[in-house]
Order: sequence, then structure tokens, then C-alpha cells
Amino acid sequence: MSGALISFEQVTYHYPDAERPALQDVSVELHPGEFCLLAGLSGCGKSTLLRAACGLVPHFHGGRFAGRVEVAGLDTREHGPARLGAFAGALFQDPETQLVTSSVRAELSLALESRGEGASAVARGVEEVALALGIDALLDRSTHELSGGEQQRVALGAALAGRPRVVLLDEPTSQLDPVAGDELIGLLRRLNQEWETTIVLAEHRLERCLSAADRVIALDAGRVVCDGAPADFVGWASAHSPALQTPGAKLFAIAGLSPAPVGVRQARATLRANGLLPEPDDPAPQPQPSRRGRRRSAPQPALALDGVWHELRDGPAILRGASLELMAGETVALMGRNGAGKSTLLRHAAGLLRPTRGRIERAGRVALLLQNPGDYFIHEHVAQETSQRALAAAGLEQLARRHPRDLSGGERQRLALAIVTDGETPAVLALDEPTRGMDRSGKAELAQELRRRAGEGQAVIVATHDPEFAAACARRAVLLADGRVIADGPTAELLAGGWYFATETARILGGAGGALLPEQGAELLRRERPVQAVPA
Amino acid sequence: MGSSFFYRRLASPLHATRAWVGALWIVSLTEAALILYHPLVLLALLLGVLGAGWGARVGARLSRSLRTALIVAAPIVLVNVLVSRQGLTVFARLGDLGPFGQGNLTLEALAYGGVIALKVALLILVTALAGLAVDPDELLRIFRRFSFRSALTATLATRMLPVLAADSQRLAEAQRTRPGGAPGGTRGKVALISAVVGGSLDRAMDVAATLEVRGFAGPPPARGSAVRPPRPSRLGFSARAGRTRAPRRAFSRHDLAFVASALAVLALATVGRLAGIASFDAYPRIEMALDPGTLVLCAALLTAVLLPFCDRRGIDP
Repeated sequence: MSGALISFEQVTYHYPDAERPALQDVSVELHPGEFCLLAGLSGCGKSTLLRAACGLVPHFHGGRFAGRVEVAGLDTREHGPARLGAFAGALFQDPETQLVTSSVRAELSLALESRGEGASAVARGVEEVALALGIDALLDRSTHELSGGEQQRVALGAALAGRPRVVLLDEPTSQLDPVAGDELIGLLRRLNQEWETTIVLAEHRLERCLSAADRVIALDAGRVVCDGAPADFVGWASAHSPALQTPGAKLFAIAGLSPAPVGVRQARATLRANGLLPEPDDPAPQPQPSRRGRRRSAPQPALALDGVWHELRDGPAILRGASLELMAGETVALMGRNGAGKSTLLRHAAGLLRPTRGRIERAGRVALLLQNPGDYFIHEHVAQETSQRALAAAGLEQLARRHPRDLSGGERQRLALAIVTDGETPAVLALDEPTRGMDRSGKAELAQELRRRAGEGQAVIVATHDPEFAAACARRAVLLADGRVIADGPTAELLAGGWYFATETARILGGAGGALLPEQGAELLRRERPVQAVPA
Repeated sequence: MGSSFFYRRLASPLHATRAWVGALWIVSLTEAALILYHPLVLLALLLGVLGAGWGARVGARLSRSLRTALIVAAPIVLVNVLVSRQGLTVFARLGDLGPFGQGNLTLEALAYGGVIALKVALLILVTALAGLAVDPDELLRIFRRFSFRSALTATLATRMLPVLAADSQRLAEAQRTRPGGAPGGTRGKVALISAVVGGSLDRAMDVAATLEVRGFAGPPPARGSAVRPPRPSRLGFSARAGRTRAPRRAFSRHDLAFVASALAVLALATVGRLAGIASFDAYPRIEMALDPGTLVLCAALLTAVLLPFCDRRGIDP
């Protein structure tokens, strides 16, 4: 040990009954005050590595464990998660299952009380962590009435209340909107800089947190394949693992520029230094709040919402006169903050809810894919869930005898999509946050599938927090806030000019030319300065 | 929503009291409902509990519980009329019922059944009010001094109820989006139930993992023997702050008002019962006092129950 806070020595781990190891010969050391990012495709071993660092592997999950993990000098084979919890706080993907008591104050107190702290120390610890995370206003709220973002902050507070020396986070932003996600990353950076808390963060959307990290460890099939500074990682990913490339790095690679940038700031500085930074366009025409009334002479829409309100009894209005029209063959990205009303709007579109005011017209069936694909699976075998034809169309026939819960994330998503679109071809396909926890290649496959369906004449509407996915699959974007449609226009206009609801390419190029994707950005750079491009 | 039947911190005097005071107040209402039998007094208490529900801003949810209470209470009246062989005022004769003797239905059995049904409805409402307005976490924390693990397990159970209710609602919603709707028939229902159970086991595993990393499976905590990493503090307080004593939490005006209300209800119910005020006997003939003493007891109980809700200063969460 060379002052390492966490050290893995030749760790190989198999989950019970698993043939392939989840971790293979992993040897890494994490030092106090490091902000370390774990990168890799789904199933590469990121979550297992985090669980090994907090002792859940092997104490909670069982399985075969070889090698040695030490946390603050404690061997995890001898000390369980409860003992290690004094040094390592953990935050996993789903915040709802990490809140174990009914009120926020009780939640923050739990870890301290579990360790036998006195009442004064508990009260003081709760107050401090609540102030540090800006959740002091939530202290007397019930945990089951918090929004997703609030739940995530409270769960983080509960992990930090015992003032651990290292915080382990498994895709903590996967359920958060871009604003809340950026806030959380900023908060982690602050904890890291002000308290010297070591942060180990597993994340798929690397562009969101790469610039905050000091070090990136990339895993593939349970092995460490890259371990270095963010700048080294982006270079490595460009050469060896394009699926882990950030959009900014991909933009530079296609445009033949170097070095691959770690973040927007560095990318812009490089472009500026080479005289390639495009001038910002004239102010783009403002996207319209609604398309209602503009399509009087257009053909019958596949879906039309006209002034839809959803008002809760004894509660607030979730939708406030939302109007929206979708034409056949159109792909629309529905964006907005957590709680803006996106899921409610899709439920109304599918007829799961009745508007308290307003009208909805549908040209045919609306197939809705809800957030959690696992909610669709109620049978023992994949074959029982839907028809043979639907399974074949989704490319899942060979998995017909498997249990649906044993499928990978991408396969589950495809099966759920096959279930809701089985039978009569739907006029509208609505998807609620379909990319949650998906890696970049999974998102690319889904975007391709949605474009195919739109090509066949289905209207597709996708609620998403992911601007990169929205840009990849949709031609039109609708921004919802406080239950109202506040902007509706071409994706190139809506996602090019924003701060939060913008792709990394658009932020690098300042929204120039409406370029959203790396390919479009590279084309813009080539077109504007064909002679000056700097070879890689 | 499933969560509408669970505790939420609201701006009300009852929510603003500390949990043990709220619990004491609920106990006093329960005691009154158990020891008093006069229908008028029970009706006054019922009115008081419903009024308290409105005062605590959970009136609508309490009204839904009232519907459930009436569904539970109605069969009690029916069964008592059919089963009881006491009472002198026969209002219907069913003839010879063989081994059960003469099937004579009496007015006294009807009245007594009504009183018992009223008590049951009242107890259901009082329990519902406690669930909606008394913080279970704070209450269970009191018991952690005696048995940390048991109290925490009970806390966990109260937390899991709304989570599992939300899970089943989500699952049912997903089934409704299938092209043919949710699978029908017994097999479909069995499949749905097993999926809910399977999902709840997954949930339980996730929660168990969270509890592990929060130190639940560690050695039982002992005061002043906390396991903490030796770490210099940058926030200006020592890691050994646990040794300092917590100052006593001062009684709020609402704590005092509800303690007074609870003592008043306990005293009125006990004295009323012992002094024979508001007496009621169903058998052999209905004898029900309708004197000023009874009316004063009704008014006093109603006032004692509702008075703490009049002061609405400092109730914001």
C-alpha cells in the first residue's frame, strides 16, 4: 500500500452461478482526494467494482472471490459492509430503494444512529449534511413525496452523513434531467475539492462528468483496459473503444483534429487556437410554443392533444393546457426537467389517464413503453410474454426459453417494445425515458429502430433527458415546463442554442449551423475552413 | 395513489406536535371509544375525530377511511341482531330455527350491535388519523432506545408499504398498455400477483443492500462507543461530538395543547364512566340517559378534542 485509500489486488470475482467472471484480475489503487470515473459498456463490471469496494461483494452477493480488496486498511474479506460503511458511503442507481425511512430527517440520521452516535452528534451531523447539499428545506418532508432529483440528493446525503472518506456512486444521474445531473456532478466536485472526499463514479454519459474527473478507469469484460488521466482516456477511447468516445472527441476525430478534448472548454480553446471556431449564427428563429393552428390544411395528425389539463384532486395541476400535434412518420423528442409533465403527457396520449380538461384525438392505437421494461414481464419465459412474430421481429426468438428477468438491459428493452407493439401496427409509438442506464451503443441501436419505425409511417414520441439521444433519433423537439409546451421546433434549432438542453457538439460549436451530432459538426468545420483543418 | 394513505408532514397543529404527544392524544381517544357506550357520546367522539381530521388537513383521506369503517361496521349490526337471544322488544319473528331455537329479532340486539359498530368505526378512524398525522419514524425512534433493530425493522416496514403500493400500481399500469390490455382470467391474475411478489423481493434485496452499507448489520450500537474513522474535521466540529449532550427539546404550544387535550379526554371518559354519567344499557331493555350530564359530557369531549386545532400559529413544516 502506498497511501492508497482503496486497493484492489488481483481481484477476480464470479457472481453465484455465473460462468464468466464479473471482475478479472483487477489491480488498482485509489488515493485520498481523487475524483475517479469508471467507464465501460453495460455489463463490463463497473457496478461490481463499486460493490466490491463497499464490501457488498462478496458479503451480500456471495459468489467466488479471489484476490484482496482493502478499504482504509481494512480487508473486505474480514470486514463487512457495515464496518466499511464508516469509511465508504455508497449511492446506487435507483434512489427510491435507497431511502429506507419515511422522512428525510430520519433518513439522514440513520447511518449515524446505526453507529451509536449521541443525539447531539446525530442532530448536528444531519444539519451539516443537509446544509452542504442544499436539502435543509426538505428535512421535514416525507421521502415518498420527493421528486427523483430530490430523492437522489437525499440518498447522497444519507451516504455522506457519516462523513465517509470515499463515496462510491453507480450512475447517480441516470434518472435526472440535465440540470439536476449537472448540479449533482458540481456538488460531487465541491465535496471532492473542499472536503478531500474521494469520489468513485460509474457513469455512461461521460461527457457530463469527464471534465470534473482527475482519473478515468475503463473496464471491459471485467478487466481494466485503461487507467489514466481524462486526456489519456479520450485518446485511448478514440483509438480502441469508439463506443466510449465522448461526442466532443468523436467530433475532433471525424474532423481530423487533435488532441481529443476532455470537455467543451478545451475543445473550444483548441478550435479557437486553430481559427476554426465558427462564428455564432444570427439569433435563430424562436421555436414556436405550439404547432396548434398551423396545420389547418395539413393531413389528419396521428395524435393531437388540444389544451389538455391534468389537475390532481387536492393537489397541483401537472399539465396546464398542453397542446401538441404529431404527424405520421414524425419523430419527436419530448424534453424538460423532472416533474415537467412529460410522463403524464405520454400517459394521456396512450389513454391511461383522462384529461380533467381538453381533448385528445388519435388516428389509431397509441403504444406506450413505460420507463421500466421489467414492469411488463409477468411470465416465466420470454415466449409467453408476446407472440412468436413479435419476438422474431425483435430478434429475440433464440431467447424464447429464457426468463425475462435474466435478459440484459438492451434485450429487456427490445422485449418490452415487442410486447407493446405486438398485433395491430400502432399509429403512434410513445416511449418514456427508454435510454435510462443504457450505454452509447444501446442508444444508437434504439435510435436506429425508432427511425425505422418512423420510416414505416408510425409517429414516434420519446420523452428523454438525453440531448444526444434526442438529436440522434428526432427531427423535432418539444420542451415542456410546468405542464406547458414552452418550445416546439426542429431539433437543430431547439438543441443547438441551449445550455442544458443542448448536445456537446452544439455547445462546442456554440450552436453554429444547427450542428448537433459529431458528424454534422465535423461537416460544418470542413465546410467553413476546408484548407485550415489541422491533421490529427 | 397508494401514498395518500400514509403519513405526510402537513401544516397542521397535530403534525406540529412531537410524535409521543400525538400518540398520547390518539391513545386518549381510543380509551374513550373503548370505555364509553352511550351512542350520543360515541357520535360526539366520531364528530370530534372527523373534525380533527379536517383540522389536521387530512379530512378527505379520513372520509375515505370512514367509508371503509362503515363497510366493516355494518355486518356487526346484522350479525348481532341474528345471533343475540337477549332483549325483550321483538320486532321480527323468524320462527323455529331448530338447534338455534326461536329466531326472534329484538330491538335491543339491534341497538347494541349499532353501538359496537359505532365503536369499531371510531377505532378505525382513530387509527387512520394516527397513521396520517403522527410521524411513525419519530415514534419508532423512541422505541429504538429499547430495541434498535426491532424498531428499525418496523420503520422499514412502514416505509416499504408506499414503495410496494407504487410498484404494484406501476406494474398494473404497464399491463394496461399491452395491446390486448392486462391478461385476464385466473392464470393472468396469478401471473400478475407473482410478478408483484417477485418485484417486491427484488425491492427487498435492494433495500437490504442499502441497509448493509449504512451499518445496519454491524454490531449493535452502544451509546458513546461509536465506530468512527479517526478523521480531522474541516467543518469545525470534532468527530467526538457524540459525547456532548443534546439540549432538551422545548415543548411547543401545540405539544402543550395536545397534552392538555389528551388528559382532558382521559379524565372526562374515566370520570364519566365511573360516575355513571351517560349510562347506556341495551339489555334486557334499552336504557339510555338523556340528561344534562350526558349532553355536557358530549359537549366537553367534543371541545377537548377540537380545541387544540384552533391555534394555528407556527404549524408550517
